[in-house]
Amino acid sequence: MENRTFTISVYSENNVGLLNRISGIFLKRHINILSLNVSESEIESVSRFIIVVETTEKWVKNIVGQIEKQIEVIKAFYHTDEETIYLENALFKIASSLLFDEKQIQNIIKDSQSTIVTVSRDFFVISKSGRRSEIEDLYTKFKPYGIMQFVRSGRISVSKEKMEISTMLETFK
Amino acid sequence: MKISGAEAVIRCLLAEGVDLLYGYPGGAIMPVYDELYKFQDQLHHVLVRHEQGATHAAQGYARATGKVGVAIATSGPGATNLITGIADAQIDSTPMVCITGQVGKHLLGSDAFQETDIIGISTPVTKWNYQVTEASEIPEIIAKAFYIARSGRPGPVLIDITKNAQFDQLEFSYEKCTGIRSYTPVPKLKLDKVAEAAALINSAKKPFIVFGQGIILGKAEAEFKALLEKSGIPAAWTILGLSALPTDHPLNVGMLGMHGNYGPNLLTNECDVLIAFGMRFDDRVTGNLNTYAKQAKVIHFEIDPAEIDKNVKTEIAVLGDVKEALTALLPLIEAKSHDLWHNKFKELKEIEYDSVIKEELNPTNNKGISMGETIEMINKHSKGDAIIVSDVGQHQMFACRYAKFNSTKSNITSGGLGTMGFALPAAIGAKMGKPDREVVAIIGDGGFQMNIQELGTIFQTKVPVKIVILNNEFLGMVRQWQELFFDNRYASTKMINPNFVAIAEGYYIKSKKVTQREDLDAAVAEMLASKDSYFLEVMVEKENNVFPMIPTGACVSEIRLS
Repeated sequence: MENRTFTISVYSENNVGLLNRISGIFLKRHINILSLNVSESEIESVSRFIIVVETTEKWVKNIVGQIEKQIEVIKAFYHTDEETIYLENALFKIASSLLFDEKQIQNIIKDSQSTIVTVSRDFFVISKSGRRSEIEDLYTKFKPYGIMQFVRSGRISVSKEKMEISTMLETFK
Repeated sequence: MKISGAEAVIRCLLAEGVDLLYGYPGGAIMPVYDELYKFQDQLHHVLVRHEQGATHAAQGYARATGKVGVAIATSGPGATNLITGIADAQIDSTPMVCITGQVGKHLLGSDAFQETDIIGISTPVTKWNYQVTEASEIPEIIAKAFYIARSGRPGPVLIDITKNAQFDQLEFSYEKCTGIRSYTPVPKLKLDKVAEAAALINSAKKPFIVFGQGIILGKAEAEFKALLEKSGIPAAWTILGLSALPTDHPLNVGMLGMHGNYGPNLLTNECDVLIAFGMRFDDRVTGNLNTYAKQAKVIHFEIDPAEIDKNVKTEIAVLGDVKEALTALLPLIEAKSHDLWHNKFKELKEIEYDSVIKEELNPTNNKGISMGETIEMINKHSKGDAIIVSDVGQHQMFACRYAKFNSTKSNITSGGLGTMGFALPAAIGAKMGKPDREVVAIIGDGGFQMNIQELGTIFQTKVPVKIVILNNEFLGMVRQWQELFFDNRYASTKMINPNFVAIAEGYYIKSKKVTQREDLDAAVAEMLASKDSYFLEVMVEKENNVFPMIPTGACVSEIRLS
């Protein structure tokens, strides 16, 4: 079985310590987490983990089984890239002087459909959402001018198919 | 009613039906111990000599009774000493609740005296854990702890309680936990899967059942036996499945795995349908997975969805409660006898008997006492009615291969983790849980010294366990591997032992040492006749090996008889 990129979605109670339990499952198998994002989900008081890994389908299935065993996990799923809509977000902090001295900077911002979040006397901040390749492309374009700070979020994604979490929770009495 | 958090802990335990717990006091758990003093008429605390002993005793109690074992310790080293027993309980699915004291909430994270992150440390080896920092949380969390420990696939839970939470007052009321929305302990049985399984079983020419502890944990022994007798399918057990089916049952064909019986291992690679009940295809059972039962269609009856296809690819997975599944399966199964197929097991049993068992049970070549004949002597006098608690090593394999069992929950051993030092404290727990049963601990000279201090617990509590040390003055199993796979280089396996009898007598435990075969019968008889605890040291053949054997990573059908 060949390695592929999988997005694991975990719906869970919002409890202290669960991240430790979940990351331990990957640690035990020496599987590196490529990206991790945790936030509130569409259901009140339910958290959603989005974990990106590169592994085989047999392993990801096994891992999802182990994740679902955790008491606070409501349900876990895994999807291939083709089965999800996904993106990352990135922030670029750049010296303000460049905005006026380097005309090309404005074109890069326009062409990449990124957004200026804020401008101050010393720096301005660009936000870009998109696939990893689009963000990397933008990074390559800004780099020659100097990037003061760069940060990229973990992947966020939604599945194309339905995930029956609300129905599952309703059945609990 | 306003009470302290510490009193709430005791009242919660009583509400869960706990009447016995094992532990060791210390600074951060002192408020709970103070309350234990007040409640000692209702809740008996057994003072062990090391916290590891507390967990193994709680495990022995749980395995013998089916109830939740409880262990208690202080923070820091007290808590970390519990870890081996917790890991053991996790891998062997033993229901256990451990309660640890913790430094006050205001000191958490400050590296205070005897502070350790026991939640972080125990996370990979617990079914669930939780740190209580407010007294008001105690009833709900302890209720959840017991529910999680005993439901579904059982396991250990650790609750860490800060000292301020033990001292603070709360308005007490207790409600047992009956469900947690994110936790499905038992998957709903699908009858169409049961029907598919039944059809495949009915069509099989050479069906073979392998069963594990799931039969015992699911209280499905009677239904399982009924299935065997109707279907006529030979059945073999994993080390933890042992005693779910009486040893002498005609369809019981023996033990699976590395030191299991010849027939069941060899014929795993000949059966056409392999039906697994409540077992997890551990590597000690399967050997090399690439060559394990490749010709067979596998049906897996299992409570834990994560076990399906984890190691062995299944044709049909029947998830759910095994008792319910067996009840649904039985009427769909055709009555058969499979005589020709069963005869193959009998033929291989005869080969194994002639080349291994006969000599082991009746040594003829002037060798010293064998471990097998000692176990057989215990069988003779216990008549298969004893609970046998074995430690880890060669003696464990001999005990599991040769001990006879008439009833369930009678074999208690450390299966998945292979914890040396397990048996002495586990036997204490088993005997306290089942005081009417004879409890015999069978231990090697190595493992005995790993928790030898629990002789003190036996002395203080007067619990009448029987202890048999099979002394070969070696770490026998490692020595066997050194002989077979490391060119006889006995690196650090020779043991120079103390006078065990003097040590046992130092704890005022009646003792005897046997060095001659002719003394064994009377010594075992005397031990089992004793109303008090009894220590029997048997000097056995030094360099005896356990056979059959499947070398690590080999195929089950490459099992060696010598």
